Amino acid sequence: MSGLHAAPLDGPVLVLAGGLSHEREVSLRSGRRVADALRGRGLDVVAVDADAALLPRLASDPPAVVVPLLHGASGEDGAIRDVLDLLGLAYVGSGPTACRAVFDKPAAKAALTAAGLATPDAVALPETTFRELGAAAVLDALVDRLGLPLMVKPARGGSALGASLVTAREQLPTAMVGCFAYGDVALVERAVRGREVAVAVLDGADGPVALPAVEVVADGGVYDFTARYTAGATEFFAPARLDPAAAEACAAAALTAHRALGLADLSRADMIVDDDGRAWVLEVNVAPGMTETSLVPLAVAAAGADLGGVWEGLVRHAVARGSRRPLPVAAAP
Amino acid sequence: MASTVGDRLDPWLDSYAAQARSMTASQIRALFAVASRPEVVSLAGGMPAISALDLDDVAGLVAQVVAAQGGAALQYGSGQGDVALRELIASAVLPPVGVSAHPDDIVVTVGSQHALELVTAVFCDPGDVVLVESPSYVGALSVFAAAQVRVVHLPMDDDGLVADAIAPAVAALAAQGRRVKMLYTVPSFHNPAGVTQPPQRRAAVLAAAQRAGVLVLEDDPYALLGFDEVVPRALRADDPTGVVYLGSFSKTFAPGLRVGFAVAPHGVREKLVLASEASVLCPSALAQLTIAAYLTHRPWWEQVKAFRELYRERRDALLDAMTALLPAATTWTRPSGGFYSWVTLPGGLDATAMLPRAVTARVAYVPGSAFYAPADADAGRSSLRLSYCHPTPDRIREGVRRLASVVGDELALADTFGTAAAGLRPAGPGPDVA
Repeated sequence: MSGLHAAPLDGPVLVLAGGLSHEREVSLRSGRRVADALRGRGLDVVAVDADAALLPRLASDPPAVVVPLLHGASGEDGAIRDVLDLLGLAYVGSGPTACRAVFDKPAAKAALTAAGLATPDAVALPETTFRELGAAAVLDALVDRLGLPLMVKPARGGSALGASLVTAREQLPTAMVGCFAYGDVALVERAVRGREVAVAVLDGADGPVALPAVEVVADGGVYDFTARYTAGATEFFAPARLDPAAAEACAAAALTAHRALGLADLSRADMIVDDDGRAWVLEVNVAPGMTETSLVPLAVAAAGADLGGVWEGLVRHAVARGSRRPLPVAAAP
Repeated sequence: MASTVGDRLDPWLDSYAAQARSMTASQIRALFAVASRPEVVSLAGGMPAISALDLDDVAGLVAQVVAAQGGAALQYGSGQGDVALRELIASAVLPPVGVSAHPDDIVVTVGSQHALELVTAVFCDPGDVVLVESPSYVGALSVFAAAQVRVVHLPMDDDGLVADAIAPAVAALAAQGRRVKMLYTVPSFHNPAGVTQPPQRRAAVLAAAQRAGVLVLEDDPYALLGFDEVVPRALRADDPTGVVYLGSFSKTFAPGLRVGFAVAPHGVREKLVLASEASVLCPSALAQLTIAAYLTHRPWWEQVKAFRELYRERRDALLDAMTALLPAATTWTRPSGGFYSWVTLPGGLDATAMLPRAVTARVAYVPGSAFYAPADADAGRSSLRLSYCHPTPDRIREGVRRLASVVGDELALADTFGTAAAGLRPAGPGPDVA
């Protein structure tokens, strides 16, 4: 990493955080932490919300590079990145097409399966299906097919918002109602028992590299919103307590997911390692959290690296890459 | 080699007080971060409409205070509060609510929230009982929780606290060996219920408290903001020894100055001053002198009247929009002053579970469970508080339109999954106006 004496950038680093999603607060925290880490490397950083003032600002004071740290819809569904591409701006992270595929959990699971990765059996159903077919019959069918326990979570969105662990059939209706408050489609997934780990992948000069797996053990047994963002409520092991073969399997799974989904710069794969050492990939994140209790910063530290250094590397790589998608040129008649 | 003990990312975990264990990140709190965005119609926070103030004039007033009294304004002051401000509170602010007090009876505090904390510290040991209304002000519940006080909710009806519930509650608690130290009530334009105790109810509450030997903590920040000409007479006006009265300049002037006050019997007041000195040394002298100058040199009563008109217009916008738009069987209170209406959802809908859907629809409210002690949170499950003080009437109408759609969708969902309740309206304030 080049540090304080590297070539100055042609404009500030614009950290984009906040937005209107349910994860606004988490995003603001991620943004603050990354902005501070980059400032610590001597870079000129501005932290900006994604609101009506954003585009005028990008036009009047173009940044050298954008760091999108928006979590949830628009930040992770590719929409904001489409706009950045439209404006010809360089940014850190995956492009819009990959983001769209990853943000939609059922689509991502299909892609993971196609890449040969294990992901728990799941069914994604919109609210309307339950209305049309009768909820009780559909829920019975889900339990018959997937068994118990189940994880119910919104098909789109993160931070475990709207997600719940269902251990008995009678808990399902309330879990579904809680889930549909966050989105129109619910993913009902077989809950795999085992160690809960996350593996971050960073694109390096020689291709993607997996950082050490981070293991989470939430006090309440479920790594929910409170467990994620209350310091002390979760015990983290970095590196995870895995035997070498399982650790290798997790790293390989994360790298395969990163490549198969066409991700760039940085991603985080969340998985469960079952008692047989098999890594089940639950989901992949294109804008993983960077808060004080988030997993990627722990993985960076476990790798013996410095968060500011890693982010400076990502920023400079994105600047060198430049705009990814030039404006389309109208076809000749 | 992997460690056998993980990292909890907080080296002080073993050092925290027991009560800090309940201080955790909350999904609901996180959702409110979105409510601060202008796209969202926030019917959640009770933020006074300070846009109605002439800010240039206030700036001039602060400059004048610093220029003329800077030596005092920027210095430490009395723990009891600036005497000139206490005289003004006694002569101008308290008479409209019928309270006759000597300036020495008054303790100026850092907002009335601070006064709440001081009174609680002076009266309550961990495990003591405070009686509160159902629902009750969330800020008071936080203070009681921090003091490890046991909160017992008493029922309310459309005339506020049910006085007849006081004696049986005190007796039942006494039978368990528990001593009730205080009765906490917001008699006028209740936060969050929006109801007001009429005179005969106030008399009954006072009589019941006196018979039970329980101190009344009267929280009265909205008293001057009624939409009728008559200002409700404070409980303290009729029982200066049995009532500690809390007032505030946050709603009648500006919450950013953080100035409130307590009016207390002599012995209590002495202890409140000592407790306040231990807590903050003294309230901000600059803020106190600014308020004293405002009360002396500005037509503050005219400003109060302007606030009333503004809030009345917003209250009307809210009630009209709710009548026109909210699904049948939704009920709500019709406040005659203050900032809030208490809405109870149809079909036993869970207002907390519905909040993310509301935020997605760009409208925010405070779920009713927030106004109950955690053990009783289910009692507020189907209710929510709507504040009409901050958004303009047009925005209020738009907010209710969005909320109506959210409630409709949530009803359909509850119907689909069979999670709707039998439809019984929970006990509490709120005439069925649907």
